[in-house]
Amino acid sequence: MLGKLMKRTITLAVAAGVFGSLSPVHLVAQVPAGAVPRLAVEKFTLPNGLEVILHEDHSVPLVSVNVWYKVGSSDEQAGRTGFAHLFEHVMFMGSRNVPVGKYDEWLEAVGASPNGSTSQDRTNYYQTGSSSALELMLWLEADRMGGLLPTMTQDKLDLQRDVVKNERRQSYDNVPYGRAYETILGALYPAQHPYAWPVIGSMADLSAAALGDVNTFFRTYYAPNNASISVAGDFNPDSARVFVSRYFGAIPRGPAMPPRPAPADVHLARDTALVLEDRVQLPRVYWSWHTVPAFHPDDAALDLLAYVLAGDKNSRLYKRLVYDLQVAQNVDARQSSGRLAGSFTIDVTPRPGQDPAGVARIVDEELRSLMRGGVTAAEMTRARNTFLARMLDDLSSVQGKADQVQYYNYFVGTPDYVRQDAERYASAMAADVQRVGRQYLAAPKVVLTVVPQGKPQMMVKTGGGS
Amino acid sequence: MRTPHTRMNGRTTADRSSSCAPRAARAVVVICSAALMASCGGPSPAVVVATPVPAADTLPTTTVHAPAPEQPPVVPAPRPLTLPPVVTRDLSNGLRLMIVEHHELPVATFLLLVRSGYEEDPAGAPGLVSLTAAMLDEGAARRTALEISAQQAMLGARLGTAAGYDVTTISLQTPTAQLDSALALFADVALRPTFARAELERLRAERLTLLTQLKDRGPSIADLAYPAVLYGPDHPYGRPTLGTGRSVQRFERTDLRNFYRTHFRPNNSTLIVVGDVHPDSIVRRVTSAFGGWQPGRIPARAASAAPAASPRAVYLIDKAAAAQSSVRIGSVGVARATPDYFPLLVMNTVLGVPFGSRLNQNLRESKGYTYGARSQFDMRGEAGPFTARAEIVAEKTDSALVEFIHELTRIRDTIPMEELTRAKRYLQTRLPGEFETPADIASRLVPIALYDLPLDFYNSYSQRVEAVTQADVQRVARRYLDPERVAIVVVGDRKVIEPGVRQLGFGEVHIRDITGAPAGQP
Repeated sequence: MLGKLMKRTITLAVAAGVFGSLSPVHLVAQVPAGAVPRLAVEKFTLPNGLEVILHEDHSVPLVSVNVWYKVGSSDEQAGRTGFAHLFEHVMFMGSRNVPVGKYDEWLEAVGASPNGSTSQDRTNYYQTGSSSALELMLWLEADRMGGLLPTMTQDKLDLQRDVVKNERRQSYDNVPYGRAYETILGALYPAQHPYAWPVIGSMADLSAAALGDVNTFFRTYYAPNNASISVAGDFNPDSARVFVSRYFGAIPRGPAMPPRPAPADVHLARDTALVLEDRVQLPRVYWSWHTVPAFHPDDAALDLLAYVLAGDKNSRLYKRLVYDLQVAQNVDARQSSGRLAGSFTIDVTPRPGQDPAGVARIVDEELRSLMRGGVTAAEMTRARNTFLARMLDDLSSVQGKADQVQYYNYFVGTPDYVRQDAERYASAMAADVQRVGRQYLAAPKVVLTVVPQGKPQMMVKTGGGS
Repeated sequence: MRTPHTRMNGRTTADRSSSCAPRAARAVVVICSAALMASCGGPSPAVVVATPVPAADTLPTTTVHAPAPEQPPVVPAPRPLTLPPVVTRDLSNGLRLMIVEHHELPVATFLLLVRSGYEEDPAGAPGLVSLTAAMLDEGAARRTALEISAQQAMLGARLGTAAGYDVTTISLQTPTAQLDSALALFADVALRPTFARAELERLRAERLTLLTQLKDRGPSIADLAYPAVLYGPDHPYGRPTLGTGRSVQRFERTDLRNFYRTHFRPNNSTLIVVGDVHPDSIVRRVTSAFGGWQPGRIPARAASAAPAASPRAVYLIDKAAAAQSSVRIGSVGVARATPDYFPLLVMNTVLGVPFGSRLNQNLRESKGYTYGARSQFDMRGEAGPFTARAEIVAEKTDSALVEFIHELTRIRDTIPMEELTRAKRYLQTRLPGEFETPADIASRLVPIALYDLPLDFYNSYSQRVEAVTQADVQRVARRYLDPERVAIVVVGDRKVIEPGVRQLGFGEVHIRDITGAPAGQP
């Protein structure tokens, strides 16, 4: 028996001759936005400002509880980069009624593995487990939202500082090309821009973090009026409302968030070429342009552009560089967009013996060709289908749904946005993708070449203009 | 992020907007059991109840809200787990079907398991199985590699190929509305791969480059060297699964085709189907697509000689300037057929699986030496390795090794009842979450198909975990983990770590190259 919310009609358009007469597949299936389920959500706000989002899904005996705090690395101060993420770590070190270690222990006993993540724009905390554990999850989240500081110690901070430094080593310092990302950020954005440093922060700033910073940060940002909680899965909504009120209701409203003035729009005046030596066998070239924030009208078209350029075997850059000419080992393209800004990045790894400058010229040719000639209907279908399939993946689990509704709530102001999000992709036209290519990828860019040690001459230089 | 959390179907929870630092790095726990979920009561209603956010002045004014209780709430017993049936059907050519209905979304997952994997690599030719699997979708029937790629995307479907120990897989996820076209594509790839020459040359070049790039990654070097050290080149588990520069250079098209023809037979395969399907209609469609697949004799593979246990020794592989040392410690473990499966499962959970496990609590949450430490038994057709592992800050490498050996020693003492119970609860309560999506369910069926486990394996999983005693755990810890006889592989900056490691006196220190073979003299 199918869910009533699923529309199954898939528009079929016969694309005669798309694959040639030999192939039995001569139908093109455009996955419509309607194939993506609409999530039934209920949203309300407690007197202390905590937003609450509920989504029932009784198909599995699981529940996921997800708390978003509206603070991320973009709220950090100079000299304290990485602090929002370090703070996320100390949030697991116990609170007023939760001895250290018990957060994990009590939840692992009910099938949940609590975790959290920090981005430039927000910090989230989540756990998914047996539906019978909902009340415990809410009690735990409330205890640390209201009572982290009484049990916070220097030792706890010092320990998680060491853990985070190891995370930095494991994710960046001990990884080939691991420092490319922060190098690009530092060149794309002015030094004071909230997106100029990586979420993980620098080793020096992590060393400088002090207990006083923890107290200040908590009081400034970790308040119910700066947070939202989502519950997705198998639960009784009346019980959920009672639990939320019982456990979070007494947490006092905190101060209003510090004003977050939008930074001035950033534009690169000219191309910026950089080189970074690393312990790598092969060079890698990165191009990065300023684009638009999440959900800007051009955001979806830029996602689709990234797919057309490097999303599959037939994509422009992959097919030419990796498949036909075989001068590159791999190529990637991605639109990254946050609350304040976005960027579009392409990276290519030339094969051994290939000159990065030659590979760069081919990338440039392919970009110009797309800007001139646009993209095909088939490319648009492949790209749209892939994004919609990814959306379905994200929505196939209660944990994914709990996070998606938070994502929409934070960025567009309502959790009920799945269909509109799918519609962004379904309605983007080939002309839009061509236009955003011309508009954003013809502008000045950062070009970073990561080169093997002692090979700075492999650096790709720029002409200085667009 | 506190721990990099990889979802069971391989997706990472990464914020779309920007780079996300997770709290903890945790490997996927693939529990080899199949407790299947009931679809109870149908999916959510379509009605959106969007309660308008009440204005502050419409809310009841309470000047004081009762404080939250200081004790955690008691967690009631979870809903009993009910398992949807696995419908099995054997086609006349020997292909076994396993079908599970899951009607939450209009999608279906197909997973074809060919029960031959890396262990079938010829002794002198590592990498054959891996390359053959990679070539399957690079041309099939009258479809070229580019067409196969385009066609799946045009259908909104995804097709993939992979190899592992004991298995080579072809997977398909498709909207059910496109099932017939997607299944036709899937059948072509499975039954009629062309191993086109041009594509083989392209993949060969890619693979050769990939092999050189592995030198960049300490963890990858450790993952290659460790089994090589444990098993040696004469054992199928001691060979590099991606091959070597030399072996990859030499593969001919006929090598791949011969492997394919010998092993890709219906009587050597299982097709798992999970999703918005009905068994009868699937059986009809699969019979039509796969019914003509000819069975064949699969050559038996002689059991491998188990490597002799050696006294503990350290194998040091230099990676200049490495900020962390990649540590792999352990010994040959057990096969999946071991009668000690459940005691080992519970014991290893205590030692190194959840965040609260001993290795992680010690090395990360007590000492701060690492972002995460864990342990696992790879239980395969034959005895795969037991591995305890972590990425350790360079300066603490020697101290971390002390802690690893301490934990491998301590696990042999009686586990306190409370800790044992926690491990059992972890295993039992995770089960529903391991069966949420069609892809999850299909994965849980894989060990049932490969190792001939009973179809109702997951029905009794919780009880069998419950039945494990302190004595059972102690017995298997003492039998299978001997800290005096482990191999300790460390990939790191020799200049920084070697003096301290030598001072530990943990056995002879061998300097090895990145393949695990003895290195030249320093």
